[in-house]
Amino acid sequence: MSATSATDIRNVIIIGSGPAGLTSAIYTARANLAPLVIEGEPSSTSDQPGGQLMLTTEVENFPGFPEGIMGPELMVRFREQAVRFGAEVLTQKVSRVDLSGRPFGVWIGDPDAAEPTYKANAVIVSTGAQSLMLGIDAEKRLLGHGLSTCATCDGFFFRDQDIAVVGGGDSALEEAIFLTKFARTVTLVHRRDQLRASKIMQERAFANDKLRFLWNHVVDDVLGDTTVERVRVRNVETDELSDLEVSGLFVAIGHRPNTELFKGQLEMEDTGYLVTQNGTHTNVEGVFACGDVQDHTYRQAITAAGSGCMAAIDCERWLEHAEV
Amino acid sequence: MSAAIATLSDATFDEEIGSSTEPVLVDFWAEWCGPCKMVAPILDEIATEQEGKLRIAKLNVDDNPDVARRFGVMSIPTLIVFKDGLEAARIVGAKGKGQLLQEIAAFV
Repeated sequence: MSATSATDIRNVIIIGSGPAGLTSAIYTARANLAPLVIEGEPSSTSDQPGGQLMLTTEVENFPGFPEGIMGPELMVRFREQAVRFGAEVLTQKVSRVDLSGRPFGVWIGDPDAAEPTYKANAVIVSTGAQSLMLGIDAEKRLLGHGLSTCATCDGFFFRDQDIAVVGGGDSALEEAIFLTKFARTVTLVHRRDQLRASKIMQERAFANDKLRFLWNHVVDDVLGDTTVERVRVRNVETDELSDLEVSGLFVAIGHRPNTELFKGQLEMEDTGYLVTQNGTHTNVEGVFACGDVQDHTYRQAITAAGSGCMAAIDCERWLEHAEV
Repeated sequence: MSAAIATLSDATFDEEIGSSTEPVLVDFWAEWCGPCKMVAPILDEIATEQEGKLRIAKLNVDDNPDVARRFGVMSIPTLIVFKDGLEAARIVGAKGKGQLLQEIAAFV
């Protein structure tokens, strides 16, 4: 299989490999479109092959798994199913796209190379979203040294310690509850006086006696030279500062879509989410978007997978009628 | 075939690292860590490609908390390169193959 020839024109290139991308791969592969999935590169802090579920533990709400399934395990299965039907998967990161004319250009490696690495008649964008960071200086110094965006990766190292989680949504509560398995106490710092999380997660959180809640506070700074020693929090009503004596801080304050690559080429909202219409069509004919990169409302594995299926069907129909 | 990747433990760590004539890259990992699973196949490849120059070894932090604590591992995957028995480089978090190779370029 020629992987590097500049004249290599694919039917469909799928960028991203979470539930959305891999479902679109399963469907386009079964439609004999021989999709190429560019799945990304491993990372603990940004986007990664398999998507956000790679950083989770038990997934309890994916239909078909009454006993639950581990997130990474579920994604391995998605991938195997796509490969079984002939999807080709590349563990690399797209560095640039040119969607201004067909066939579309997709670059891997040097974004300034004259010729794209691949060309494609259609592109399915499923690059997902990644955790928002706090945007403070301490982040660079302390990430991996008590400051973390991945409870499942790092929680283990905080056995019998006092730690904090910042955020108020489902992922924040999930992380906080998970961390109580190890930590002595977990303090949830939230900027409002109530949680955004689902009822079932809230009930579990309030019933957990290792979990404490610090309402109406935001994280102002993280202190410590080589490892987290204290977290400085600010009361949003009084502006009063205080310090939490914790050795770890887990950040779960929301997500941003991975749409850098498409700036100026695909229509997006102010928040960076891609705009889709009539199903999964973007403003560029032949380019489709699915999963969290275009969804800030539902953001579930099952909805991402559903929209991945939609994108594959939209793409297949479009290819049938387009003159490519 | 991939080159042999040694499995270290609290009991064997010092002996294995101390006696190695080549630099050893130790992968601190655990079964429950998704990003660790992404890095494992890359390390398999590197082990084969760098055979004779760099050894790759794995240490399960669940089963071997002492070594993990001794080296202050607070996040996995953490990759530490030991040269002449001493820590020479540390990479925290999962990385792609290209970036990993860059960061260990001094040892291969």
